[in-house]
Amino acid sequence: MREISIPINDEIIRSLHAGDPVELTGIMMTGRDAVHKWMIETFVRKTRQPVGDDLQVYQEISKYLNQGVLYHCGPVVSGIETKEYQFVAAGPTTSIREEPYQADVMKHFHLKGVIGKGGMGAKTLQGCVDTPGVYFHAVGGAATFLAQTVQKVLGVYKLEEFGVPEAMWVIEVKNFPVVVTMDSHGQSKHALLEESSHQVLDDLLARPY
Amino acid sequence: MRDLTNEILELIRRTASSLPKDVEDRLRASIEKEAPGSAARGALETILKNIELSRANSTPICQDTGTPIFYVHYPEGTSTRRLREQIKAALAEATKRSYMRPNAVDAIYDKNTGNNLGGDDFPSIHFEEIDDDQPLIIELMLKGGGCENVGAQYSLPDNKLGAGRDLAGVRKVVLDAVQKAQGKGCAPGILGVSIGGDRGSSYVKSKEVLFSKMGARNADPKLAELEERLTKEANEMGIGPMGFGGQTTVLDTKITGMHRLPASYFVSVSYMCWAYRRRKMVVTGEEVEYD
Repeated sequence: MREISIPINDEIIRSLHAGDPVELTGIMMTGRDAVHKWMIETFVRKTRQPVGDDLQVYQEISKYLNQGVLYHCGPVVSGIETKEYQFVAAGPTTSIREEPYQADVMKHFHLKGVIGKGGMGAKTLQGCVDTPGVYFHAVGGAATFLAQTVQKVLGVYKLEEFGVPEAMWVIEVKNFPVVVTMDSHGQSKHALLEESSHQVLDDLLARPY
Repeated sequence: MRDLTNEILELIRRTASSLPKDVEDRLRASIEKEAPGSAARGALETILKNIELSRANSTPICQDTGTPIFYVHYPEGTSTRRLREQIKAALAEATKRSYMRPNAVDAIYDKNTGNNLGGDDFPSIHFEEIDDDQPLIIELMLKGGGCENVGAQYSLPDNKLGAGRDLAGVRKVVLDAVQKAQGKGCAPGILGVSIGGDRGSSYVKSKEVLFSKMGARNADPKLAELEERLTKEANEMGIGPMGFGGQTTVLDTKITGMHRLPASYFVSVSYMCWAYRRRKMVVTGEEVEYD
């Protein structure tokens, strides 16, 4: 299987096509609902003033996100009390909830990849073309298996404020398996399947009981 | 009454980390239907590896350890107040031990309670009294948010789908729900379908039916036939594991009927992801058996 290191450059991104299985190695960050809302409101649309450690966190995460990968994941983490963090279970969460934000977040932080499950919509697909970047689909529910690809937890941001599942966890992964389902050429496996399955549904609905 | 906190903790550990055998067997059997080298087959292989690893390590099968849904069948005379306290204590301890992810978030203030306990309704506990010579049975289902979000409720007739108030109409709306879910509910899924009731009872029933074993058919031959037909037809849509395209979209369908008002005809579909976590414990005197 093709192996890809993070950070990822544009040449590699353009060589990826919907349907390609790949393995990712390097440093990535988790971020889901609370993180996307926070990023958009505080730094992209600026409808909210930065407070507390917002600016400092922004500077630090920007380094990881530039040419990096954001993982839609709310992990189970052990060692919360001792701060000796270990990923116990860490599969992808449903990505479509970030559809209103994702393309803007990709462009703002120069993200090259987003990992999640279930795929995303037209706005994010355009974001993949413009940035350029790709959407990687991980196997939903395969939480223990995926947690074992995490070699090390390098840090965490907004743990207190967002809680364990919603915090930004910086992790080093090795051979994290994914399938490219949306590419920088405007192809989406999800859009194709939505259409083909709809045709079958129409046929099924027309069948007599 | 003895304190069952530790035994309930064990029930939670088993439910979160060890997928029931009937579900695993069904997943294993579906691998051969997917083409070698396909993304669908790759997904199923990863799923099976994950099932083995989480069982061996006592770690959650899925990081979304879901809504804990308890059904307690208690012999007459048992204190349900104490049982509720013990379930809550076990759940907090299970969270501390990372069997469970802290999953209870205050919807108004967006604050995670950190211990899986929130208000009167989290976890969800249903009590049912049985004869005093019967064993205490506690059933637990963990239902993740991804699949819960693709559940659907239809009020028939549905003109857009041409679905009337009969089983032919039920078939149409269930197929529609599967098509809309795509891979988002972590296909291959299991469908819990209830027909009738009000909006609330209908959804509750569509989850209750998911406590039965894989392949268990409704006693009514009409519904049993529809269950099998829906599984077969849902798979014709080719959505496949994770929505990667493939032969395996739905592993099984379970239907139940309820009474309804003359004015209402609800069909509720609860979509259960492949991580179909449900187990039970049976307490007979000092003996505790887990299934």
